[in-house]
Amino acid sequence: MPEAFDEMTLPDGSNRPGYAFLKRWIDNTSAESLAHRRLEAELLFRRIGITFAVYGQNEAEERIIPFDIIPRVMTRTEWERLSRGLEQRVRAINLFLADLYGSAEILRAGVVPEDLIYQNPNYRPEMVGLKLPHNVYVQIAGIDLVRTGEDDFYVLEDNARTPSGVSYMLENREVMMRMFPDLFAEHRIDPVETYPDELLATLISVAPTTHAEPTVALLTPGPFNSAYYEHSFLADKLGIELVEGRDLLVVDNIVVMRTTEGLKRVDVLYRRLDDEFLDPLTFRPDSILGVPGLMNAYQAGNITLANAVGTGVADDKAVYTYMPEIIRFYLGEEAILKNVPTWRCREKDACTYVLEHLEELVVKEVAGSGGYGMLIGPRSDRAAREEFAHRIKAHPENYIAQPTLALSTCPTFVEEGIAPRHVDLRPFVLTGADKIRIVPGGLTRVALKEGSLVVNSSQGGGTKDTWVLDA
Amino acid sequence: MRLRIQHETAYRYATPANRAIQILRLTPRGHQGQFVVNWRIDVDRDCRLQTTIDAFGNRVHSFTVDGRLEGLTIIAEGEVETQDMSGIVRDQVEIAPVGLFLRETPLTAPDEAIKAFADDVASEYGPNPLNLFHGLMLAIRERMRFDVRATDTGTSAAKAFAEGHGVCQDFAHVFIAAARHLGHPARYVGGYLFQPAIAQIQSQGDSSQAQIPAAAQDAGHAWAEAMVGGLGWVGFDPANGMSPTDAYVRVAIGLDYLGAAPVRGTRYGGGGEELSVRILVTETGRRR
Repeated sequence: MPEAFDEMTLPDGSNRPGYAFLKRWIDNTSAESLAHRRLEAELLFRRIGITFAVYGQNEAEERIIPFDIIPRVMTRTEWERLSRGLEQRVRAINLFLADLYGSAEILRAGVVPEDLIYQNPNYRPEMVGLKLPHNVYVQIAGIDLVRTGEDDFYVLEDNARTPSGVSYMLENREVMMRMFPDLFAEHRIDPVETYPDELLATLISVAPTTHAEPTVALLTPGPFNSAYYEHSFLADKLGIELVEGRDLLVVDNIVVMRTTEGLKRVDVLYRRLDDEFLDPLTFRPDSILGVPGLMNAYQAGNITLANAVGTGVADDKAVYTYMPEIIRFYLGEEAILKNVPTWRCREKDACTYVLEHLEELVVKEVAGSGGYGMLIGPRSDRAAREEFAHRIKAHPENYIAQPTLALSTCPTFVEEGIAPRHVDLRPFVLTGADKIRIVPGGLTRVALKEGSLVVNSSQGGGTKDTWVLDA
Repeated sequence: MRLRIQHETAYRYATPANRAIQILRLTPRGHQGQFVVNWRIDVDRDCRLQTTIDAFGNRVHSFTVDGRLEGLTIIAEGEVETQDMSGIVRDQVEIAPVGLFLRETPLTAPDEAIKAFADDVASEYGPNPLNLFHGLMLAIRERMRFDVRATDTGTSAAKAFAEGHGVCQDFAHVFIAAARHLGHPARYVGGYLFQPAIAQIQSQGDSSQAQIPAAAQDAGHAWAEAMVGGLGWVGFDPANGMSPTDAYVRVAIGLDYLGAAPVRGTRYGGGGEELSVRILVTETGRRR
């Protein structure tokens, strides 16, 4: 594997732009003092109470995601380019979805294979022909980026359903500002605290046009969901009601919520509940988390769901591989952010190649997320590779493979002291009727284990505050 | 044929409910060989019926009722003029793309047994889709036994096939699963079947149903449609081993039962729910 690009230090030992002050700060702070600050940060987090549940463990224990007190830094110039790329990508995703549920020009043109869309369970026929307010499908997108060089940013995946993690971005910043007020005073670090306002403005902008002062609520699956903390956190920050399915009713195709003052109409639902569970009368009949009749109200145009139903077809890992073509098709532009070159196992030659090169590749399940169902070739043993080969052969269409990228590293405070660790970045892109809003930065995830490339919190990853600053 | 259909869905609650919401796919639409002379839906409570067309072209009614609810009765009734088209469906409103009907659903996912069965049928009947589908229909009928007690609306094709019995819904699911596995778009059809000889089956039912007229059925009928190049959608009824005739009335289509279910609903509060369904299909006109 090639040498990883370090975001602080160039191979000749000099600092990259924006990092000089951080290097000074690290050099001037003793190891004991750093260790002390880290404990302090952990205490702050425990007091705030951010935890998450880990799936796939018998007792879904609640853990704190490890937080690293060394921020990741980007210059405003770097950010501006990224931000243009993000905007372009999300604009294309929205146009793509409107097309798929409209006249499907892109399928007619043969740019994306039809079966990839129509046989995808996340393509929802219920959405066909529906006119959404302002044609916005993905109001909230989380785009996962990795960096491999000075100018090399790759999109690892698009999250167009119910992306999570923004609460960590906000909490990380809050903790950093409390702990290091001088650093914030001395440097012009772009704020991320405006995110809740930007999100609320976005949600209000996409309300059904019939209503003057829209009511927004956040629909959560409830306290047993791993992201429940984030749901309650965001509802609180936005000043909107946090509701579960049982708090909502559909009366003559109008969605109302039970409040202490009686029933109140809801115009926009920021839903953090998957499509499948939204409405037992349309989707899974056994769902007790949803709202019976919600889809009818939605189809009648009486409520906006954010994100829209059926957006999962656009962030599918197989569809992802067509993003450069999708951007070209709708915008007539080349993608600013690169796609990771991808072998689609559904294609016979690609599949053969993948099976022969499992040791070098990262294999992902098309429908998987959160680092589950994934094989990292160079770090795998023979048994794991054999198991994956078996699975790929049985269902080639369910898998894609990518080269193992040398993710960039950032200095990170770990047991051994300060050492480079691999990072990724999830910026959050908000699309409203009026404009696209992106708070500078996003959630930086860091693989705390030496050499590890898996940054997912469920797999031992941590987070960092992300600073976009003048340099 | 001119068929008169009365379809009653009645809920009774031992403990009254306080609210209910219902989504109905109970209204046939016209196409070649099927002309809807008149049709109405009645609910025995004050409510506003909202009507839409869903992604498959089905007419959907929905309504909510509030207040103390000891029961709820929905009646769909009307007359439909039918002609025998040998199962070929023409001039039907098609909204969903054909490719969608290749998609697996939980109720129609083929397991290894269905795949092997489908492959056997395919090798026996060859590539001509019309032959293949007829062969598949007959093979399912040979392989599975009709048994109204064996399965429910949530039974998957794989389970019904493994157990070797089920109702028309299960037969249709198996047909759909096998056809899709072989690369042919297939879909579920819910509707009505005029069965002059149904009295025999009814007399075997339990005695509590004594008041129900002899010709009433307690469920609608279901079959499958598959795409045949040059002909379009063609119906196959594996439960009866034939393509639909003028004794069939198409009401709703879907990827599987769930998408075409005549009634999907929820009640709030209450308990001790009893559901009874009564369907009466009679011939009113003279055979042409």
